[in-house]
Amino acid sequence: MSEPFLIGENMTGGYGNGPDILHDCTIAVNPGEIAVIVGPNGAGKSTAMKAVFGMLNVRSGSVRLDGEDITALSPQDRVVKGMGFVPQTSNIFTSMTVEENLEMGAFIRTDDIRPTMEQIYDLFPILRDKRNQAAGELSGGQRQQVAVGRALMTQPKVLMLDEPTAGVSPIVMDELFDRIIEVARTGLPILMVEQNAKQALEIADRGYVLVQGANGHTGTGKELLADPEVRQSFLGG
Amino acid sequence: MDILNALVALTNFVLIPATAYGSQLALGALGVTLIYGILRFSNFAHGDTMAFGTMCTILVTWMFQSMGVSFGVLPTALLALPFGILGTMALVLFTDRTVYRFYRQQRVKPVVMVMVSLGVMFIMNGLVRFIIGPGNQRFADGERFIIKARAFKEMTGLNEGLAIKTSQGITVVTAILVVAVLFWFLNKTRTGKSMRAYSDNEDLALLSGINPDRVVMITWLIVAALATIAGVLYGLDKSFKPFTYFQLLLPIFAAAIVGGLGNPLGAIAGGFVIAFSEVLVTYAWKKVLIYLMPEGMGPEGLAQLLSTDYKFAVSFMILVVVLLFKPTGLFKGKAV
Repeated sequence: MSEPFLIGENMTGGYGNGPDILHDCTIAVNPGEIAVIVGPNGAGKSTAMKAVFGMLNVRSGSVRLDGEDITALSPQDRVVKGMGFVPQTSNIFTSMTVEENLEMGAFIRTDDIRPTMEQIYDLFPILRDKRNQAAGELSGGQRQQVAVGRALMTQPKVLMLDEPTAGVSPIVMDELFDRIIEVARTGLPILMVEQNAKQALEIADRGYVLVQGANGHTGTGKELLADPEVRQSFLGG
Repeated sequence: MDILNALVALTNFVLIPATAYGSQLALGALGVTLIYGILRFSNFAHGDTMAFGTMCTILVTWMFQSMGVSFGVLPTALLALPFGILGTMALVLFTDRTVYRFYRQQRVKPVVMVMVSLGVMFIMNGLVRFIIGPGNQRFADGERFIIKARAFKEMTGLNEGLAIKTSQGITVVTAILVVAVLFWFLNKTRTGKSMRAYSDNEDLALLSGINPDRVVMITWLIVAALATIAGVLYGLDKSFKPFTYFQLLLPIFAAAIVGGLGNPLGAIAGGFVIAFSEVLVTYAWKKVLIYLMPEGMGPEGLAQLLSTDYKFAVSFMILVVVLLFKPTGLFKGKAV
């Protein structure tokens, strides 16, 4: 098998000089794919993603983007390299308008950002209607759309979402998943951490079940959903 | 006629001075609020930054005056103002490099930063007194009045005169211009927006590729300009004395907190709230009341709620009340 587009390979590490949270954990994603990290609470799902993004002290293992070793880069430098990251909380500028949020997302770009902004408005039509409203006044689902839109403004080569559906209603969750699939269809690799394991695995091309900071089960979303062991221990039968 | 006289007296002794003072406080509070919003600490050295900027401007003004340069009816200090601003910019950038940056890199708690700014305050305080002395300095020249009290009386035939000092006119006009430019900058330019983004959500701003060092530097430059302008306007209107500027810290902080720390619009509103309260409470209402009350019913005393010596108590009271009941201020600011 050829090298995946983005891979965090055999990552072991923790926050600062604290104890190791990840143990020999591998996460990868390819263009056009949605890779989902699921697992029980405290399994290190978000931590694994943060390790890929450089917010963790990775003591062994490596992170490679498009064949280039980026293990030593800071998160900011990784953004410049083409990684878009949507944090789980405080992922928008609440006091600024939707349009200003998108504009700030494109801060590192010097070319014309209008076309990208139009694409994002096409993807999330509600944002076009609310473009001049303060992002903090929007509903939970709309805020997440702003957050994803902001990350897409850099025209990233890979998009990473940390629990995009946390705290939104089931209907909004379904809509968000639809949008995420739509983004993935454009060829953009998406790496996502999810609480709602069942729904997430249904749309996943690749699923990682983490158990205590290590790879528990790996496979396509369908394989994992069909795996009796995964169902038993984790999806609730 | 009596009502008109009362109105003129009120305008002359309350509305005009309070508007000018409010503009000066608003400019000062804008500086405090920008530092709080972006560098995330209460800058106790702000009053003395104003004093330093005013001192620079005064020194250049004196130089211009000795060279025979003047600005016609307007005070020469306005010509010297840009030089004062440059001097202050140099000082605050130097302070940031040598002092604040170290603590920022340590990611110290805001309260530590406040103590650091207290130290900076004492240094600046000493520096200003060392250079220009602790005494009173007058540097206003040009035409003193836009409207003189006697001319107004002759013009209208009223008993009460209305005077507008040039310094008051300049204060209000300058404040409006400065605020307009500042808001245009913050809301319309890319750099201004990046400053707001950094103030709103530091981590996300970093993720968006906003350079924190640049944001911090531009903030200091703007604050230096605001502090110098506020200080010079205050000095032109009253007079320059280092200790007075140190004391201005209280009403300025009260204004910033009343409006909502970190919120520029709030700083302006807060400036006027504090200025009007101070002037209204310490004004002797006798004159106005005599015109308004029926003959012979006028007050015997001065009808002054508080002696002017207590004007700082007014800011203090407002500060305490706001912190007790609405700690985020009138406009959605950050809680202290």
